[in-house]
Amino acid sequence: MNFENQGVIKRLADQYGPENLTVVLGNGEANGVEVFAETVTEGDPSYAGPLAGVALKIPVYHILEEEVLSTVPEPLRQEKLQLSSLVIDVEPMHQVLEASREKL
Amino acid sequence: MQKGKKIIAIGERDGVPGPVIAECLESAGYDVVFQVTECFV
Repeated sequence: MNFENQGVIKRLADQYGPENLTVVLGNGEANGVEVFAETVTEGDPSYAGPLAGVALKIPVYHILEEEVLSTVPEPLRQEKLQLSSLVIDVEPMHQVLEASREKL
Repeated sequence: MQKGKKIIAIGERDGVPGPVIAECLESAGYDVVFQVTECFV
């Protein structure tokens, strides 16, 4: 996650409290999802960004995980997410993110 | 996903962009406080 977005998330966590936040990703590939999740739960693994050493413990989901997808109204889901659902393999990301959420 | 949480939507250019995530979750009743689309090139 780039440093600018890390900084924004840190500010939002200060403003709302990290326990009131949830991150929802839209990644097209599983590559990188684990680092995203680690950054907002345990802190920036590169120890270079604003979230270095900051364990916010914010749960992370992918928009195409069933837990999230099922909350989106059906017409909008079909219009905006159906094509992505066909080309993005969410299962590997679901496994990584579910494991990350279980650790919280 | 727990209701009542504030959402940070981090989309990806080659996946689902931030504004789409935000639109879908706002329609689902969530409060989206930040949305962005990252680009890994």
